Amino acid sequence: MAPETILKPADFQTEVHNDWCPGCGDFGILKAMQMALADLKFERHNVAMFSGIGCSAKTVHYIDTYGIHTLHGRVLPFAMGAKLANPGLEVIAMGGDGDGLGIGAGHFVNAGRRNLDMMYVIFNNGVYGLTKGQASPTLKLGLKPKSLPKANINDAVNPLWLAIASGATFVARAYSFDIKHLKDLFVKGIQHRGYAFIDVLQPCPTYNNLNTKDWYGGEDRHDESGKRMPRVYKLEERGFDPLVRTEDEADEKKLQALRVAAEWGDAIPIGVFYQNPLLATFEDRLREQIPGYMEEPPAKQVIADAAGRPTVRVQKFLDELVVT
Amino acid sequence: MRLNELTWIIGGAQGSGVDSSANVFGRACAYGGLHVFGKREYYSNIMGEHSYFQIRVAAKPIRSHMDPINVLATFDAETIFRHFRDVTSDGAIIYDPSLVKTRIDDVPTLEAPVKQSLKSHLIALGLGETIRGALDAAAQRGVRLQPIPMSDFLADVAKKFNVDSLSKLSRMVNVLAVSASFGMLHYDFAEVAKAVQFVFRAKKSVAEMNVHGAKLAYDLVREKGTDGFAHRLSPIPAKDRRVYLAGSQAVGLGKMLSGCRFQTYYPITPASDESEYLEANQILPAGLAPDEPEAEEAAFLKENGNSIVVMQTEDEIAAIVMANGAALAGARSSTATSGPGFCLMMEGIGWAAINEVPVVITLYQRAGPSTGMPTRHEQGDLRFAIHAGHGDSPRIVFASGDLEESLYDTVKSFNFAERYQTPVIHLVDKALANSTQTLPYPVLDGVRIDRGELARPIEDGDYRRFRLTPNGISPRAVLGMRGTIFWNTGDEHDENGHITEDPTLRVLMMTKRMGKLGLALEEIPADDQFRYYGDADAETVVVSWGSTKGAILDAMDVLRGEGRKIGFLQFRLLHPFPTQHASRLLQGRTNLVDVEMNYSSPLVGLIREHTGIVVPHAIVKFQGRAMSCNELRDALAAVLDGNAEPRQVLIHGA
Repeated sequence: MAPETILKPADFQTEVHNDWCPGCGDFGILKAMQMALADLKFERHNVAMFSGIGCSAKTVHYIDTYGIHTLHGRVLPFAMGAKLANPGLEVIAMGGDGDGLGIGAGHFVNAGRRNLDMMYVIFNNGVYGLTKGQASPTLKLGLKPKSLPKANINDAVNPLWLAIASGATFVARAYSFDIKHLKDLFVKGIQHRGYAFIDVLQPCPTYNNLNTKDWYGGEDRHDESGKRMPRVYKLEERGFDPLVRTEDEADEKKLQALRVAAEWGDAIPIGVFYQNPLLATFEDRLREQIPGYMEEPPAKQVIADAAGRPTVRVQKFLDELVVT
Repeated sequence: MRLNELTWIIGGAQGSGVDSSANVFGRACAYGGLHVFGKREYYSNIMGEHSYFQIRVAAKPIRSHMDPINVLATFDAETIFRHFRDVTSDGAIIYDPSLVKTRIDDVPTLEAPVKQSLKSHLIALGLGETIRGALDAAAQRGVRLQPIPMSDFLADVAKKFNVDSLSKLSRMVNVLAVSASFGMLHYDFAEVAKAVQFVFRAKKSVAEMNVHGAKLAYDLVREKGTDGFAHRLSPIPAKDRRVYLAGSQAVGLGKMLSGCRFQTYYPITPASDESEYLEANQILPAGLAPDEPEAEEAAFLKENGNSIVVMQTEDEIAAIVMANGAALAGARSSTATSGPGFCLMMEGIGWAAINEVPVVITLYQRAGPSTGMPTRHEQGDLRFAIHAGHGDSPRIVFASGDLEESLYDTVKSFNFAERYQTPVIHLVDKALANSTQTLPYPVLDGVRIDRGELARPIEDGDYRRFRLTPNGISPRAVLGMRGTIFWNTGDEHDENGHITEDPTLRVLMMTKRMGKLGLALEEIPADDQFRYYGDADAETVVVSWGSTKGAILDAMDVLRGEGRKIGFLQFRLLHPFPTQHASRLLQGRTNLVDVEMNYSSPLVGLIREHTGIVVPHAIVKFQGRAMSCNELRDALAAVLDGNAEPRQVLIHGA
């Protein structure tokens, strides 16, 4: 076989016209994703990207791998179905905050329970952009971005808390205007053996005039020397250790992650909050039931011979039912 | 004397082992070469409500149940109260004499109208509102009463097998009632013992105790003398090999055979049984014929077999879209559900249709709307299946009429799904799922898997998933196939699968997708579109679809035996509708009669919509219990005799 060409980030770019608003935080996520795919030396056909509905969901059309743009809120079960049928695929799911934590919240929780070896990225901007800026499940109580006629009277869900409570074994947050850091988290999330969830703070320049790039970057506040004071800070720079090294420290590491994930406002942590590589993946669990699962998963099984005759021998089961 | 022509019922509180005892009865008959049809009725309840199993036995193949009961086997009071009036005057009731003082009002699970009706009945006869009264009422009509001292027998078994507490044996009363029935019927005890041993094969000691108890009850009845009893069962030589199975197993076996390797479900009655059957048997023996070239594959298959992943999902939305995801990766995949779950699947079915994803939805209909009667039967979802979802979206709706069809049609459903790259809704129902039947050992030689047009891995090729082709079918690639990058979207898309709102492309893509239905109509064999039974030149022709088939065929046998002419057009492909076949077969018939298990006779509307033909008679039933042979025979006779109301509503069955 000819040596594989190693693809560059630009090789993962399609020719589809990108119709996001100028200044959208999504651009950083797209770029970081393409960089991560190149870093990991992936071949196009081994990567399947799944997305929900909304601006974020268009991302898959801009990436030159399989791109499955699904239904509002349903990206995770689509992605899980493909991964379960062919666990050899690199499966990456993505969607907005409303997609994953509003209409898709049930799937968010149940994906955590399963721990499939895949990554899910939420583009978190506090609003439903494509439908013109309604409040999303991550918009804080009482906030009133310019797109809302009244202040938000629902409280916000904390995606990191929910991910940890649901059982995700890699939980991180990134900021879409720190592309290098975001790319590194994507690489870590993909390499993590188990279910990785990454919450990406992604300003919507059109509808969310509160959580803007300037706000995250601290353009509105300066120290005594006149230097801006960014709100976003990196956990790893403060010596935060998210890694579970023995099973018995898993709960303590979760509690530690919940405490730091409670921070918001003047100091917003990004980085890896929790990582547990020790828990059996769903694939491991299936293998307990089906020893040949990884070698011959559902999508790879030969189900018929050349003449179309089934390869399965159901006679064994029919014989159990024989009466005469 | 009636030999080998019997209806038998056993009833009891849910959770008390009624199903196992019915399995013993059915199997014992089947072992003796008799044909068996069983029907299971139960409440939406874990424990305590009344369930019963009705078994019809005959010397010839049968496909439906009869309402009159010849032998009623009981071990509780409620079963007697509910069913004694249906016992034929030449029949028998097996009962526990310790229950005779039980009053109607002592049975809390009897609904108020049932209590009222029972009381009126007994008062009118001058009898007490007790089991004694009910039994006396039956006896006055000539029904034989056969008491079985259940607790004495249990004590005997406990003593012989050193069981310290009688309560551990409480479920054995089922087997005592079954075995006493066979005593009444003079059936061969060897077959009974064999069936008991099979049903309790998981634990040898339990099997032995049950055989011992069964013999006590059997001998008691035989010793009492049952010579004058009008009903007998006797083994007859069976020339063919037969299986005894339930509908949910038939569909499950079809899925194994079809190559379905990914099944999703959210728990729902009556669909879950199938998924549980698949999960319990998820390692599937497999192998290629020795002449097949792929030696490595053959070796793997021989050693490891095939396997099916069964996923219990968080809801039915996840169930359908997870199946879609697996189908995109190349697995034959399906989900099984019932009406309320199907409601949640609309968006996933629409997505599969616009993205041309082959996925099979096995829809076990039950009585609706909403939660309706969750454990009861109805064919209420025909229009729903045809129109499920918003927009014009192609799907194939295929309905099976009996257990054999359920098995083979499952394989065909996957073939249609992959050949036409569109969702297939396979309509079955509660009656099929919970019917048991003796069938000839399935002939599998003719079963073929058709995966439709598949793409191949390519280098540097120009692969377009939705390439516009003359027949609308684009070679289908699966995720992970080199050189075949594609996109999917729920939006309208171009040939690559990217979003478009271009009006010209929209017309091309809509035409491509919807056009596949026309292709399906051209290609799907006539035998899979409809089946015609009975007199070819009959003026009176029944039209129907789905599980009413058994009762229709059995009722027609009776009517034709009476010298009447009647035909039956069974619709199997409901969408796209086999208009030409229907027109050809129905045009000019003077007396068309629709038979359906629902309120509104949707097939009448479909026939009129597609052919312009008016079906003037309808026979419907919507009280939740499948049609019996006898009630349908009477309703059809009224149509044939010209004295039927345009719409007859059937109401038999508890």
